[in-house]
Amino acid sequence: MIRYFIPLALFAVVVVIFAFGIHQAPRKDLVPSPLIGKPAPSFALPSLADANTQVTSASLRGHWYLFNVWGTWCVSCHIEEPELRAIARTGVVPLIGLDWKDSREEALAYLHAKGNPYQAIAFDPGGLAAIQWGVYGAPETFIVNPQGIIVYKYIGPITPHAWVHEFLPRLPAGRAVAGS
Amino acid sequence: MMRRAPVGYGLLAALALLAAPLAHAIAPTRMPTPELQARYERLIHNFRCMQCQDESLANSPVSLAADMRRQIRQMLLAGDSDAQIRHFFVSRYGYFILFKPPFVLKTAWLWLAPGVLLVTGAVSAAWVIRRRAALVTNDDNDEGEALDEGLERPGKQR
Repeated sequence: MIRYFIPLALFAVVVVIFAFGIHQAPRKDLVPSPLIGKPAPSFALPSLADANTQVTSASLRGHWYLFNVWGTWCVSCHIEEPELRAIARTGVVPLIGLDWKDSREEALAYLHAKGNPYQAIAFDPGGLAAIQWGVYGAPETFIVNPQGIIVYKYIGPITPHAWVHEFLPRLPAGRAVAGS
Repeated sequence: MMRRAPVGYGLLAALALLAAPLAHAIAPTRMPTPELQARYERLIHNFRCMQCQDESLANSPVSLAADMRRQIRQMLLAGDSDAQIRHFFVSRYGYFILFKPPFVLKTAWLWLAPGVLLVTGAVSAAWVIRRRAALVTNDDNDEGEALDEGLERPGKQR
């Protein structure tokens, strides 16, 4: 008789494996970046504010910074924008923007209307700099350490919860704030 | 006339649907030599569009895919090998960007599982078939007789 329960038992095992697989499956829209722990791509891009000056990776060496990819066409970036200004007000870490596939006029008007949380913004209308960073959507935010190594990548709009639980613990200034 | 109109509209709608893929067709890129053109075509079919995910760079209408095709074109014109171009994208986007994942430790199960399952299935099928065959031959003597004892069959009543 017991042999009739073998298929049932196998079926149960398969169900458990699939249930586990579905539960553990990484979200398909969140592709982990292979750049974490690797040097940030070097770049020298025109500044959004002034086409004659450049924003370079070399000038950012020696400091922690957040590298935030955004565009005025990006709806999720509009959602994220108040949190970016809140982060800028804390003074914990400078925000460096990458204005991705955007028009300079629209981007400047947007920042003028909403307020500018960025210390510097690199302008990438052609999108090839974003590819260097493995960007596939906006907003995406990288934490870069003083050695120029990417320590973390966050995909999607930064929420207050993400700022406290994902970003602050990874930043030395944030750890000091949390510890005091 | 009034009764025929919906059929006409339906046909029109069907034709419009047929034409829809044309509207999304990707403007073809011309490479300077046929060799480069062939490599370009092969490469753009092998990379996944990271935004639509189930489409290749060759078929994706999104602008990120266009940028990636431009990147591939530039690298080909600069003399990079296919392997260098693959490495460029994999090191930035991970193996996920390849439609055909490479055989590495992390993906070994992916490549080996079908073979393992096939062998397991074949072995268990062979085992079951052999057992069934053995049952059928046994039926003629012992098991068959056992049945005969309990059942009265018209043919056996003589």
